Amino acid sequence: MLKGERMIEIENLTKKFGDLKAVNNLSFKVEKGTIWGLLGPNAAGKTTTMRILTGYLPATEGKAVVAGFDVFDQQNEVKRITGYLPEHVPLYPEMTVRSYLDFVAAIKQIPSKQKSQAIEKAIAVSGLESVRGRLIRNISRGFKQRVGIAQALIHDPQVLILDEPTIGLDPAQIKEMRLLIKSLKGDRTIILSTHILAEVTQTCDGVVIINDGNLMANGSLDELTATAQTKNGVFIRIRKGEKKQEELFNKITGVENVLFDGEGFLIEWSKEQNIQKDITQTVVENDLILLEMRPLAMNIEDLYLKVVSGGVEQ
Amino acid sequence: MKNIWAVCKKEIKTYFTSPIAYVVITVFLVLVGFFFHSLIWWFNSQSLQMASNPYYAQQMNINQMVYTPLFHNISIILLLLIPLLTMRLFSEEKKIKTDELLFTSPISINQIIIGKYLASLFVLFTMLLITGVYSLFTFAYGNPEIAPLLCGYLGLFLMGAAFLALGIFFSSLTENQIISAILTFGTLLLFWVINWASFSAAGAWKDVLNYLSIFQHFDEITKGILDTTDVVYYLSFIFFGLFLTHSSIQSRRWR
Repeated sequence: MLKGERMIEIENLTKKFGDLKAVNNLSFKVEKGTIWGLLGPNAAGKTTTMRILTGYLPATEGKAVVAGFDVFDQQNEVKRITGYLPEHVPLYPEMTVRSYLDFVAAIKQIPSKQKSQAIEKAIAVSGLESVRGRLIRNISRGFKQRVGIAQALIHDPQVLILDEPTIGLDPAQIKEMRLLIKSLKGDRTIILSTHILAEVTQTCDGVVIINDGNLMANGSLDELTATAQTKNGVFIRIRKGEKKQEELFNKITGVENVLFDGEGFLIEWSKEQNIQKDITQTVVENDLILLEMRPLAMNIEDLYLKVVSGGVEQ
Repeated sequence: MKNIWAVCKKEIKTYFTSPIAYVVITVFLVLVGFFFHSLIWWFNSQSLQMASNPYYAQQMNINQMVYTPLFHNISIILLLLIPLLTMRLFSEEKKIKTDELLFTSPISINQIIIGKYLASLFVLFTMLLITGVYSLFTFAYGNPEIAPLLCGYLGLFLMGAAFLALGIFFSSLTENQIISAILTFGTLLLFWVINWASFSAAGAWKDVLNYLSIFQHFDEITKGILDTTDVVYYLSFIFFGLFLTHSSIQSRRWR
């Protein structure tokens, strides 16, 4: 499944808080240089998984490896190459943006000679030029999120872990943040968690879907939608469509199911066949006035709902 | 070492960009100034009365009559103010979630604790240093002995350092600064008076309770007697406080 080098490997990871299993026997791998989305409803275990990966929380059982370093035994090595933006951006409101980044650069062990260069670069990449001298408490939510990003990438980490990077931003800011994250990719590996599905289709190469701490699906977007989709289909809307016209489509060889939903017809056939042509022919031959025809592709939203409400149908 | 310094520098900056350090230092200096003034005034009036009698005049000792009671007063002020210096050290990080930044950075828990502790020591040191200005007047107009004076300051510093170590521990227990301050103050007060229980205790307990008392050790030092037992007591108090802080942070993450 994975072509390139593996950057993050999680094996049978379990985290218990008392009797509550926040993460249950989770395993997945992320390829180097890709953006992977960690998807799931609230309280699914996304944040816990990320906290374990960054060394903030120890796991109860299992193994997590980042760039070949074990998250539990080689914490310092992992911390050195990982940038982390927690869900709640860790900012000191009394500091200026610049002095905050200065402090972060110091505790991320950037040698003093490269320090100011690293800070300048982080400021430039995250677009913080205009607020560098201001107190963090006085800057807007969007800028705070950017400071969070700057903080995560100041030591030029190979792995970026972003917990809900677009939460609390307005639509324009969300778009900017998305572009920013995409631009950060390069040869970095990025994991981001979210429950906004559009975000995943627009930024990620692959997804891990978890629910109640369990792995529900894992793979590249194309792979996942392809496996979840068992049938091909189209949606057809014609002028003056009626229930009785279902018959017309049912007669086409290969069609397995036709459904009139009041507006149009949902026509499904098995994956192997290719009968779009027959369908258009039927439309033309019967003098139907075609208003709309679109393929019924399984999108990430359908996949997500399907997966979260009871696992992928095979 | 560099990591410790990074944390320490940030903490010192925070102390002095927020009003906390200024308020604590100001209140401290005003109170110490008041006590110093009262004691000097009393000493002067006593000296004037005794001046006619050469024998009594010889007995007038500024170290014993001004500095020993002054140091006792300062120790009480520290008891009240130090919980306010330490209360936010870890509570605040937890509350504004910046602990997630600290604990996911390549820096050890010990380095974070020591960095923060050193910053609080710096504030304590600054507080005590400024009160040294008061003593310049006694040197200008009188003849105090310098050794017991320095010994007293050392005692204050050691005792303050022990208070800070306990305060930092309570700060690591809760994200509420007020709870952290109250717990620190209560525990310090208990350690202060713990030897009172020794009156009713018997045998070895009596010695243990006496040994545990913070004030007992401080009293010895202000008399100008620098005993290793007392120094060891404070150093172990500090070590124990920082050790507990480490355990509390570690256990919180493992829970």
